Amino acid sequence: MALPTSSVITLNVNGEPRTLPVDHRTTLLDALRERLDLTGTKKGCDHGQCGACTVLLDGRRAVSCLHLAVAAEGREITTVEGLADGGRLHPVQQAFLDLDGYQCGYCTPGQICSAVGVLREHAEGWPSAVTGDLRPEAGPPELTPEEIRERMSGNLCRCGAYNAIVEAVAHAADSTSAAPAADTEEAVA
Amino acid sequence: MREFGYQRAQDVSDAVALLDADTDARFLAGGTNLVDLMKTGVERPGRLVDIRSLPLDRVESTPDGGLRVGATVTNGDLAAHPEVRRRYPVLAQAVLAGASGQLRTMATLGGNLLQRTRCAYFTDTTLPCNKRRPGSGCPAVRGEHHNHAVLGASDHCVAVHPSDLAVALAALDAVVHYETADGPGDLPLGRFYLPVDDTPHRETALPAGALVTGVTLPPAPVAARSRYRKVRERASYAFAIGSIAAALDVRDGVVRDVRLAYGAVASRPWRARAAERALTGAPADAASFAAAADAELAAARPLPHNGYKVTLMRNLTVAVLTELAEEAAR
Amino acid sequence: MTTAVRTGAVGTGHVRVEGRDKVTGAARYAGEIPFAGLAHGWLVLSTVARGRITDIDSEPVLRMPGVLAVLDHRNALPLTTDYVGMLGTAPDPTCAVFQNDRVPHRGWPVALVVAETPEQAREAAEALAVSYTREPHDVGFDADRPDTRPADGHMPAVTDKGDLEAELAAGAVVLEAEYSTPEEHHNPMEPHAATARWEDGRLDVVDSNQGATWVVGELAQLFSLDPASVRVRSEHVGGGFGSKGVRAHQVAAVMAAAVLDRPVRVVLTRRQMFTLAGHRSPTVQRVRLAADADGRLRALDHRSLSRTSTVHEFVEPSAGVARVMYDADAHHTENRVVSLDVPTPTWMRAPGEAPGSFALECALDELAEKAGVDPVLLRLRNEPERGPVSGLPFAGRNLRACFELGARRFDWARRDPRPGRRRDGRWLLGTGTAAASFGAGAAPSTASVTAEADGSFTVRIAAADIGTGARTALTLVAADALDTAPDRVQVRLGDSAFGPAMIAGGSMGTRSWSWAITAAAAALRERLVPGQEIPPDGITVRADTTEAVAALAQKERHSFGAQFAEVAVDVATGEVRVRRMLGVFAAGRIVNPLTARGQFIGGMVWGISMALHEEAVRDPGHGGLVGADLAGYHVAAHADVPRLEAEWIEEPDPDDPAGGIKGIGEIGIVGAAAAIANAVWHATGVRHRALPIRPDRVLAGHDA
Repeated sequence: MALPTSSVITLNVNGEPRTLPVDHRTTLLDALRERLDLTGTKKGCDHGQCGACTVLLDGRRAVSCLHLAVAAEGREITTVEGLADGGRLHPVQQAFLDLDGYQCGYCTPGQICSAVGVLREHAEGWPSAVTGDLRPEAGPPELTPEEIRERMSGNLCRCGAYNAIVEAVAHAADSTSAAPAADTEEAVA
Repeated sequence: MREFGYQRAQDVSDAVALLDADTDARFLAGGTNLVDLMKTGVERPGRLVDIRSLPLDRVESTPDGGLRVGATVTNGDLAAHPEVRRRYPVLAQAVLAGASGQLRTMATLGGNLLQRTRCAYFTDTTLPCNKRRPGSGCPAVRGEHHNHAVLGASDHCVAVHPSDLAVALAALDAVVHYETADGPGDLPLGRFYLPVDDTPHRETALPAGALVTGVTLPPAPVAARSRYRKVRERASYAFAIGSIAAALDVRDGVVRDVRLAYGAVASRPWRARAAERALTGAPADAASFAAAADAELAAARPLPHNGYKVTLMRNLTVAVLTELAEEAAR
Repeated sequence: MTTAVRTGAVGTGHVRVEGRDKVTGAARYAGEIPFAGLAHGWLVLSTVARGRITDIDSEPVLRMPGVLAVLDHRNALPLTTDYVGMLGTAPDPTCAVFQNDRVPHRGWPVALVVAETPEQAREAAEALAVSYTREPHDVGFDADRPDTRPADGHMPAVTDKGDLEAELAAGAVVLEAEYSTPEEHHNPMEPHAATARWEDGRLDVVDSNQGATWVVGELAQLFSLDPASVRVRSEHVGGGFGSKGVRAHQVAAVMAAAVLDRPVRVVLTRRQMFTLAGHRSPTVQRVRLAADADGRLRALDHRSLSRTSTVHEFVEPSAGVARVMYDADAHHTENRVVSLDVPTPTWMRAPGEAPGSFALECALDELAEKAGVDPVLLRLRNEPERGPVSGLPFAGRNLRACFELGARRFDWARRDPRPGRRRDGRWLLGTGTAAASFGAGAAPSTASVTAEADGSFTVRIAAADIGTGARTALTLVAADALDTAPDRVQVRLGDSAFGPAMIAGGSMGTRSWSWAITAAAAALRERLVPGQEIPPDGITVRADTTEAVAALAQKERHSFGAQFAEVAVDVATGEVRVRRMLGVFAAGRIVNPLTARGQFIGGMVWGISMALHEEAVRDPGHGGLVGADLAGYHVAAHADVPRLEAEWIEEPDPDDPAGGIKGIGEIGIVGAAAAIANAVWHATGVRHRALPIRPDRVLAGHDA
């Protein structure tokens, strides 16, 4: 029995259904970049080793280079292009811009999507490898620079903009926790 | 990458039947290892059976006070689960020490257990490798092997298992559940991975076409005081060069119960039973911990460039057990 | 952040002018510009380290779905390689693809498969069967080889003065040590990508590079074209660090586009970058120092061996550092090289200075220990009045000020010089320091400035912004030169059509480009009469700094810096963590403090990465790298980098025709690895003379 090696799929990207035929070999990353002209998501290594391709799947960060497009059908995909609210930048984007949280900019969309994911994970009380007391009774850890660094370590930045990125994430964390809850939900939707 | 067919399994029996009917098929869950291996050409399946939407994504308490974790529970959800953090901190720590946040939200428990070695000779298909092409040779033995095995390896393969999570599971006496076309089965983690011998391409005792459906963690009061420590060549987002999962119960300065497993030193998570035997009933002090480590590491057969792992594991054993003992004394 | 202030843009922090595009994903890099009818090329690399191609079985591959062509040495367009390019070097034959059947290293480009989609091209490239006759290969790099030779590269191989052996014998304190650094790779986050299109006999290339003028020149020479018929664009570049010049993939894309008469894109995979994008050679360096009891140098001998390929000579000039940094009565520096069956190395952030400063600045720390002199004081005692080798005066040498400010800020005075004295839990703590320098050159460039009818200005220059913030810096420079606000200036760059300009490299870009823009702006202001009506297409003035650059007075022109580091070492596990770092730099006039800080700190992050993580391991058996990817080759991640501080010394130079601006792209890495290695010694009492300082090496140092 010869199975079809391509399918017509519908991807929900940034709130819009996008129907396209895909070769099953096509990763979500390549589908976004090569087929849907959403080139904001970057290909740095294509093997899950750099984080440049990070997007949000159902609000959770994921590396799109190791996710097959055909397997992403039915999930809510948010890319860097889908974070801003019209002309108003997402607080994470604004913080990266204001605090110079980048240099060449190539890892930036991945860093930003990852940071949005980090803020949600933290809001839900997820611990990290540097969280001292893992017991749920200990409550959510404070989002210190050390916590941010560990949580963001899946996003390499060869320009070495890590300091400014950590500052930007901390700044965005402050501004989103101060903002109305609706904004936060929108940010991670 | 070869062209392939793609199907979403409707339920567990459908998944198992699809794989049973096609030896060229593979299960796809998080994809973090399989898709990578397909890109490097190590895996060339003709069909992928997507199991991510199967109802195997729950963490449930068992009547005896243990936990049952479904195979498609992601590492991210597993480490965040309140009962895992409360009862098995070593497991949560091991999971959090692995990969990166965006890989942990994709990677699943089942996939983690079945992931392949990161030995660079294994992932480069232009080179010989007994694990990838049985009988072709092992260039790592005479090549770059500073992160290869010191325990339980053979001349045929010196690769290490890359999982952190499985090291904690080994310490916790976890039991792996699977389903085949002929019915379900169980494998304790200690028998899940096969010895290397001259068959490094045969990695687990799972029957062909079996689907891992979950893992049961038996109740383990000793795990209340447990820890995972991982040493690697950068502070995060790197595979271990040596790691340890340890749990310790000390009463009146004497070791009542201890669990110890080593990572990144063997083709499988290495349960340090010789060390555990040496420690049980011994005084909880640095001398006992060192003697226990020596008892375990007496079997080590380092290669020319990885002898440091013996020192590292001895030091890690002493350091982590000392920390746990000091906490117990407080 | 833009304000209505009309002057003084330079020196005030300004967010990147393209920042919004970068944070929203709107900024498009080379592989992201749409082309109608685009085909995709995938390079096939050799799997043998030395030999000849005997057969390439193209036929089955040409029958695979979507495959359009297989290019190899049997059907390639002929290329010209006997020329000298813009940077004064002949081309690396690695980029002159498919010209013969020889394979000089593993990972050599042997074919390009072109197909309709990237998936098809990849599968076909992987299916292409290439047969070879193998020849024995040699990739063994060590200092005792008999076949090493002195080699010039970008500076004379040898400098020598005084009686070395006599001064070494006369020294009250003598140090002799060997240092080594491994093969290192640039790994910009954006892989090399190029799309080529031929139209009406003209070649259009969208590319990721560090200099459009440079790439145009090389492509025109290789394909025997009139440079005026070639256009290269690279609006956004995802990092370069020296690796983004002309490379095999651009040439292959141009060739395939010509053969197929349609646009062709070739993108390197991360693995391919490890053989085709260049790298930093490993070095073995021997340093001998002799000093009086107070630490004043009598003898300095620095000899460095690096490695190149068999097809091209590139020298990592690590022994050049001392020619600027330290004088001695007897002074000998020597760069040697050996040709092996490996890919050709190339410039990588602070070529020469990065590995050279590791050896020399560690050696000075060891000398300070032996002499019982504080390491900062030792350096200040050896500050030269003039260039130690050239005898020329310095155009600013504020190293003393860097050390004085740095020592104060780092609280150096309270440091106990004895090693192994401080502990925090399982961590031993230590601090270290090192000096830094990097050349501050300029090269001829052209720029145009247009006064637009709406009162704004447009600057055009074939500069490249590879993440340095050049676009923003040049906006500020132009605003001041035009006496206007930055938001009235639009800088367009990354297009060879704007005329010849220096590359983004050698810390020369911003200095060279600013000079040309300032000159064009001055000329434009002379042309403009108050109240004058500007025509709809504006008034444009061009400037060319060729003559001005040639007329610049001969001086030792460099940036300087003082690096300080604190580390924590767990000798039970071998883990080393950097806890804090401070770099104080004297690097001319700082154009944009916001981005400059990031660039300095970015260089220091490279220093952390070099000191603790980076190492490409070559297998002598197969001749290639082991683990050539970002999981096998570790660069520093977020968790490796604490809060770093960068400061700078005001350094006005009113006589400088380039406005006192120096480049700052490289200085941040220089000395950083040495400061960390010296801190590891201070923490533990064990010297680490081989990089990176891996856990196994730390364990070996304490396994007694």
